[in-house]
Amino acid sequence: MRVIVFIKRGALLMKRLMTGNEAIAEAAIRAGCRYFFAYPITPQNEIPEYMALHLPEHGGVFLQAESEIAAINMVYGAAGAGARVMTSSSSPGISLKMEGISYIAAAELPCVIVNVMRGGPGLGGIQPSQSDYFQAVKGGGHGDYRLLVLAPASVQEAAGLTAEAFVLADYYRNPVLILADGIIGQMMEPVTFEDIKPGENIAKPWATTGARGREPNIINSLYLDPEELEEHNRKLFRKYEEMKESEQRAELYRMEDAELVLVAYGTTARIAMTAVDMAREKGLKAGLVRPISLFPFPERIIRSTIRQSSAYLAVEMSMGQMVEDLRLAVNGERPVYFYGRTGGVVPTAEEILERIEILAGGYEGCA
Amino acid sequence: MKKLVIDVERCKSCGICIEHCPAGLLVLSREINSKGYRPVRMKDEEKCNSCLLCALVCPDLVITVYR
Amino acid sequence: MRLIKGYPVSLKEKEFHYCPGCTHGLAHRLIAEVLDELEIREEAIGVASVGCSVLAYEYFNCDMQQAAHGRAPAVATGIKRVHPDKVVFTYQGDGDLASIGLAELIHAANRGEKITVIFINNAIYGMTGGQMAPTTLPGQRTSTSPAGRSSSETGFPLKIAELLSTVEGVAYLARVSLHDPAHIVEGKRAIKTAFEYQLAGRGFSLVEILAACPTNWGMTPLKALEFVRDEMLKVYPKGVYRRLEK
Repeated sequence: MRVIVFIKRGALLMKRLMTGNEAIAEAAIRAGCRYFFAYPITPQNEIPEYMALHLPEHGGVFLQAESEIAAINMVYGAAGAGARVMTSSSSPGISLKMEGISYIAAAELPCVIVNVMRGGPGLGGIQPSQSDYFQAVKGGGHGDYRLLVLAPASVQEAAGLTAEAFVLADYYRNPVLILADGIIGQMMEPVTFEDIKPGENIAKPWATTGARGREPNIINSLYLDPEELEEHNRKLFRKYEEMKESEQRAELYRMEDAELVLVAYGTTARIAMTAVDMAREKGLKAGLVRPISLFPFPERIIRSTIRQSSAYLAVEMSMGQMVEDLRLAVNGERPVYFYGRTGGVVPTAEEILERIEILAGGYEGCA
Repeated sequence: MKKLVIDVERCKSCGICIEHCPAGLLVLSREINSKGYRPVRMKDEEKCNSCLLCALVCPDLVITVYR
Repeated sequence: MRLIKGYPVSLKEKEFHYCPGCTHGLAHRLIAEVLDELEIREEAIGVASVGCSVLAYEYFNCDMQQAAHGRAPAVATGIKRVHPDKVVFTYQGDGDLASIGLAELIHAANRGEKITVIFINNAIYGMTGGQMAPTTLPGQRTSTSPAGRSSSETGFPLKIAELLSTVEGVAYLARVSLHDPAHIVEGKRAIKTAFEYQLAGRGFSLVEILAACPTNWGMTPLKALEFVRDEMLKVYPKGVYRRLEK
């Protein structure tokens, strides 16, 4: 393990060079995750591999399931039994897990799910992509439910958000989805786990641990009485309202006097930042809003930039998905454009700069 | 004290206990329970030796047996 | 007077919703009696599947989880890995276990998960109104095999006990029937043995229980039990199909 020593604020900061996948796994273990069920699929394999190697060292259980469907249902059982549990996969595998995720959300069970996105649809490719955005933020499976979705843009942030996801999952009793992509998963960057510790163990009196000295607990999502099921949906949605209230997160980059506002998350945001710098060198007032929470979409933060902005440009590694939520947030008060590459093609800063220039030149020619 | 306590509300007139009572002591009663079934009834308590075959085959835990 | 046949503690008071003569209720009682006799009610965590017995979590008086259709063995795996000292069992019908959930079953067995699977084989989908199942007998009429199951079209009865008998993770595997008192006593013994194998940590255990479905077979309860005795037992011979020496 390559170790890089940084002196920061006078403190010796041990940083390790790790891939995003490995950092996610290490962060999960440090956050108290002790159960991991998954299935091989590129480009996330290093997560189960890391867990296979290191989880047992912490008295945890790593199990490779026979399919992603089996894996997510093992997560359901373990979460229902009161454990801190995680699974990871990539796009097609996440599709297979959707039914299980709907059950987990309906049964109000905490767990962490990682999607290291790859090109789609179908078998697609194994290069990075962001074309699972809709699947991630609109629930993805059957029924009205949502996942708390967090999108890291660096290896360090991937570690931080994964650790925090366990605390959020326990608090909301809801699955939390870490939405990364093949680049975030595969690239190596220095990372520190200094401030990553397990959240305090909150009591789970509802868990199935054996009904000794108490009434039996039932983990269930079947409500044959429509009134009861409607009330249950409303209960779930009070959680999602609370998430909208307190979990909206975004990073602003050079937005002080920006007029042309780029909106991009994950890897694409990193590239967009370079494009913003290049535009600034050409005297164009560009800036970036980088959503970190995708559900809840950072609507408040977007709204706060409307007065200063002349137009928005959503940049994604997809055919355009987040742009729709951006349009909802902007609500027609400013023009919203989209630029994207997909299939595993990663946009270059130059391409994005070109779009910014067109945008600055009077908005024609922008898709 | 009765040898057989029959929970008439649980009975669904499936008749399996009647079939297996070695002494043929069980029969469906005329009245109807709240589910609309005619619950099983003990014809002659004296002849019953609490062999518990009826309770053994009952799929709805209708019969409690005492000896 | 002494009570000799009463209500098992491991069953809640709630009346069963099952049809008259349905074997589910009987299977529930036998399992509950075994949990009582082994004194493991407070250690037991059951997994209900999807089918007529989906409401099993309202009947068993122990911790329960309700699993997606076919996924009970995976859910049970998750539970058992978290609580290896608890007694984990699944309760599944043939549509759940032998059709959509076959992969989860075989792989849980192959991993030797220390869980007990109670498999109710009534050769039909009950809850959804009597459709053909992989276990439906050749020629048997169902709502999706109206002219009788044609083996050339839809294959043959899937024999789970035989199928799993070659899987080394399996410690105890038996097929029983509950169509008459003698067989009920034998069936209960097999269920108890399966749980004992789990308690001894020997590996995966499964009991396949041949069951009657009067409503969807279109028979009276008694005729249905005769069908189990005369037809199903021929296609699904009872017996112990795998048993690791204790």
